Amino acid sequence: MNLYEMTAHELHELLAAKKISATELTENLLARIDERESEIGAYLEVTRAQALDAAKKVDAKISAGETLAPLEGIPCAIKDNICTMGVKTTCASKILENFVPPYDATVIKKLFAQNPILLGKLNMDEFAMGGSTENSAYHLTKNPWDTSRVPGGSSGGSAAAVASGEAIFALGSDTGGSIRQPASFCGVVGLKPTYGRVSRYGLVAFASSLDQIGPLTRDVTDCALVLNAICGLDEMDSTSTAAPVPDFTKSLTADVKGLKIGLPKEYFVAGMDREVEDAVISASEVFEKLGAKIVEISLPHTEFAISTYYIIAPAEAATNLERYDGVSYGARVDGVDVVDMMTNTRTEKFGEEVKRRIMIGNYALSAGYYDAYYLKALKVRTLIQKDFTDAFENVDLVLTPTTPNAAFRLGEMVNNPLQMYLQDICTVPTNLAGLPGISIPCGFTKDYLPIGVQLIGRALDEETILRAAFTYEQAQNSGNKIPKP
Amino acid sequence: MNGAATFTAASFFMKVTESDIQTVASLSRLKIRPDESARVISQLNEILTYVDNLNKIDTTNIQPTTYALPMQNVFRADIVKPSLNRELALSNAPLQEDGYFKVPRVLEE
Repeated sequence: MNLYEMTAHELHELLAAKKISATELTENLLARIDERESEIGAYLEVTRAQALDAAKKVDAKISAGETLAPLEGIPCAIKDNICTMGVKTTCASKILENFVPPYDATVIKKLFAQNPILLGKLNMDEFAMGGSTENSAYHLTKNPWDTSRVPGGSSGGSAAAVASGEAIFALGSDTGGSIRQPASFCGVVGLKPTYGRVSRYGLVAFASSLDQIGPLTRDVTDCALVLNAICGLDEMDSTSTAAPVPDFTKSLTADVKGLKIGLPKEYFVAGMDREVEDAVISASEVFEKLGAKIVEISLPHTEFAISTYYIIAPAEAATNLERYDGVSYGARVDGVDVVDMMTNTRTEKFGEEVKRRIMIGNYALSAGYYDAYYLKALKVRTLIQKDFTDAFENVDLVLTPTTPNAAFRLGEMVNNPLQMYLQDICTVPTNLAGLPGISIPCGFTKDYLPIGVQLIGRALDEETILRAAFTYEQAQNSGNKIPKP
Repeated sequence: MNGAATFTAASFFMKVTESDIQTVASLSRLKIRPDESARVISQLNEILTYVDNLNKIDTTNIQPTTYALPMQNVFRADIVKPSLNRELALSNAPLQEDGYFKVPRVLEE
């Protein structure tokens, strides 16, 4: 097996046993990037020299006989909306084309305390708005399983890099499914933690009440390892939670006996791909065979989740993106006066989807429409959250498809924003309710496209999600499947 | 889907008109070119018509949720801590002069 095909925990064993060096491992990944990147397009920037320097430092620690942290020397990559000091962070937008953050995001500080190797920054939909990575202002990213298809989005670069062997793991962000949907499309594991679990300081804000950073990995064990590195209270993010952070690797036990798993009938609706539905039902049967109890449940307000999300997220985005005014950082396009300069800057440098969401958001927030749209959506959000609260009185986990279909073709939905929004039906309710959710691979379509199953847990109960996901992965041997070549 | 047909159908139930779009664009500090406006209006109408399904739900006496988890004010002692120095804070400025951000003239002389 090639090094680039292995998991972080496998590579950690090899590094700790001195069977490979961090430099050898990093060179292996960089060679893989050279081999695949022109076709996949996962990266916006590869930080080659820095990666090799960092690897040398880890090798010095290995030679000195020091104990390695679990992610020490493991090559990884970061979605380009997470600030990396001294390394450009563009959000895949022209408005941040030359932005070099003068500070590290808290997740970067926490993760790099373990000295993984940064390979570079990953492509995404501009400002994380989209579900296909086609909204990147720079280039397309292709699905490693079928390069005529999208990798999903907005963390499409993250999922494609992990699936193609161009990174061992990656960080992404998830506002309405942006980790779980691309993980599902690319056949990898993606987890959105509970809102507040992971600090958002240094994550370029899209919708502040929904955004969370999380891992995309080859298997559930790696997911737990990365989660261990990034969670926790941060005084720089007043929404980060003081709840104690468990050691998530303790949840990696293959046992779901007695676990009650709910299948919400509203997630299995007309229009859903038959192969996806069959694979997800099969996954629930696997859990049943392993000793879990499967019950049908109802989340009655699910059909209103898309509308609620596509009012709240653009409203928050319209506000957050006011800061791109050409004054203190980012691009500037000159004008006759200040307002003209700001308008020219935003008009020329924002992409079409970003402008669309800013306009929807400002419309929903404007005088005369605030109650009808924004306030209404906040009230329906209460009902969507209550659906889950009620459900979790009777079940420990909720099991759903991650997406209504497998990866679609490049260009298939670019001219129909609403159709693209409707794709998010299985993932947005989790963000609206602030709950943790994971997508793990659960099979393939007949065209050999990966299918994902989503497990949603109670707030702050990532442990049960990981335990169930790990149990499934062990039983089905479904971890770490990478497409050839 | 046929774009022209969508626009014609949507125009019967127009939620946003050309003048609404221009107002929202101006609030957003964006310009809509004349050749874009028909498409923008049609797409926004389609989306805003879709989200109208929220009106099917009775939300009388339902409290709004802005954050999914309980939030409270976070306080800390009022002590000065290290922060970005001026050079770093200005390092991404499109234009700067004498340690300040520089913008086009705001006030007339």
